[in-house]
Amino acid sequence: MDFLTLIQILDSSVRLATPLLLACLAGLFSERAGIFDIGLEGKMLAAAMFSAATAAITGNVWLGLLAGIGASMFLSIIHGLASITFRGNQLISGVAINFLAAGITVLVAQDWFSQGGRTPQLSGAGRFEGFDLPFADSLGSVPIFGPTYSELVSGHSILVYIAFLAVPATWYVLFRTRFGLRLRAVGENPAAVDTAGVSVVGLRYAAVAICGVLCGIAGAYLATALQAGFVKDMTAGRGFIALAALIFAKWRPWSALWTCLLFGFLQAIALRFQNIDLGVITVPVQLMDALPYILVVVILAGVGGKAIPPRAGGEPYVKER
Amino acid sequence: MDVMPKWAEVILVPLISLILAAILSALVILAIGEDPVAAVRLMITGALGSTYGWGYTLYYATNFMFTGLAVAIAFHAGLFNIGGEGQAMLGGLGVALVCLFIPWPHWSMALIAAVVGSAVFGALWAAIPAYLQASRGSHIVITTIMFNFIAAAVLNYMLVNVLRPAGSMDPATARFDEAVHLPSLHEMLAPIGINFSKAAPANVSLVVALIACVLVWLLIWRTPLGLEIRSFGKSHRAARYAGIGAVRITMIAMLLSGGLAGMMAINNVMGEAERLVLNAVEGAGFIGIAVALMGRSHPFGVFLAAILFGFLYQGGAELALWTSIPRELIVVIQALVILFTGALDNMVRMPLERMFLAMRRRPNVQAGE
Repeated sequence: MDFLTLIQILDSSVRLATPLLLACLAGLFSERAGIFDIGLEGKMLAAAMFSAATAAITGNVWLGLLAGIGASMFLSIIHGLASITFRGNQLISGVAINFLAAGITVLVAQDWFSQGGRTPQLSGAGRFEGFDLPFADSLGSVPIFGPTYSELVSGHSILVYIAFLAVPATWYVLFRTRFGLRLRAVGENPAAVDTAGVSVVGLRYAAVAICGVLCGIAGAYLATALQAGFVKDMTAGRGFIALAALIFAKWRPWSALWTCLLFGFLQAIALRFQNIDLGVITVPVQLMDALPYILVVVILAGVGGKAIPPRAGGEPYVKER
Repeated sequence: MDVMPKWAEVILVPLISLILAAILSALVILAIGEDPVAAVRLMITGALGSTYGWGYTLYYATNFMFTGLAVAIAFHAGLFNIGGEGQAMLGGLGVALVCLFIPWPHWSMALIAAVVGSAVFGALWAAIPAYLQASRGSHIVITTIMFNFIAAAVLNYMLVNVLRPAGSMDPATARFDEAVHLPSLHEMLAPIGINFSKAAPANVSLVVALIACVLVWLLIWRTPLGLEIRSFGKSHRAARYAGIGAVRITMIAMLLSGGLAGMMAINNVMGEAERLVLNAVEGAGFIGIAVALMGRSHPFGVFLAAILFGFLYQGGAELALWTSIPRELIVVIQALVILFTGALDNMVRMPLERMFLAMRRRPNVQAGE
């Protein structure tokens, strides 16, 4: 494998890691606040459909992004109502949201465009095009560094850079601000936060809302940047891979970045090579597809340190009377 | 103290949830410019208006009885098994191996072997998440989700690389032998003079599903093990004080759950397709969640909910055929049922409880005067 192939694979890893990373950080906010969210997949899917549809109708991808975030937020509010206000089962609510999105996206897309549940192909201002960082062209001829900079670092869509900047931002918000401290506390011991006179419900809704925004960006990226339009079930389990990455990263933002890059890399390899011939054995493509899930089960089995979720995760908070 | 009388708990709450889901579904149909009343009428004639329609409704219902019972047993033990989909896929693999590689003289023997094979494969697929939950505390929801994806990869590998007959491009096994053909309802009902549709896929597996409903009811409410499972589900702590082993009950409940989900394969793989294809389960594992929630985890409730979802499935197919409403409408209805009967349960329950409290207080006040 020559240098340029490697750069290309890494480049596509970055592209594929971006939606995982955004969804993973979304889940991180929600779960750190004690709200389990297995509806990441559904939120991304709804955002993908509504962003692509809006971009196709208005021809403006930024409006598409807003619509995507709106759709994702709507599902977040349902999840918040079910799991915070009505103290229902967060996992069941997540399952419902995934199905709701899977069904409604196709229904709406079919109703609006009559193209068998897809949206029209996006082009021009209806898509997030890659943009070049400064000096990408002029530095391209420098050996090693040049191609790395111009191919790998530069030339992505703006959402990719937003996703990567979201990692330090998440770290800062969670670990260096009062809001973050309270948010983490509400996921560990909501009663203590309540005693301190801070609203548990408010904090949890805030976390769920942030989760909605990030999932919305992730979905919009899928439909308007990574691909040019929405197709049925286009998230293809990415929400669950993000969930896997979240556990793998043990609910920490920087580890989430590395995990998502790793999972993106696995996807990029599975896309480029079908079966990998290692000389002695051939690794089937199905194993590559399943590897993120297998890795999570291995981590959950306690190999390489225990993955401990936030203590109050999944528990509705009931004030004592 | 129970705030609500039992009939309200068992009938009123699910009924109101169901009505809410139905109203929202009707609004969705209206929003896409179709007539909900006409849609319902079309669904009823399509799913229940002929023995052909009934044959499909009962075929789907058979699948959902198995997966619904699977989720219900796990619920009784306080476990949420989202892995029915993967367990049913592996169950299909078990059925395929039993049917492909053993020359069966008669379908009845093949059926018994297939029940065992599918149950064992499904149970094994549930065993690892169960063990991790029981001994390591890894959340069973996460592990069963992951195992769904791993099951899809395993099945894909087996069909593409191992079980596909030479020269075939289709990722599917060869057709099973004629000897393992399960009698359809048409063949079963013809001797007693009922002319049931020949084309419909409902088959003898329906009887197995009904037996499974009865056996699960016996197990949960009439055996010491069932008591242990239910106590464990009500309170893990209390069960421990009562000397009920957490590892043991978790394992047993999940093995039963996985086995039931796997057994679905006798219906869809052996009874209908008569070969194993990639997308054999078609989401039935997930519908089991809706069925169990709606049936309040009681086998009779699961039976009714499975019939309802069988009706929705067949009716939805008819809608997709005759109107511009896509099949995905059923997925939306399914989501709404899960949402209202599962996650938003308290939204229905809280006002009802308040109402019953108010009704109870009034006579007491009068008596005190």
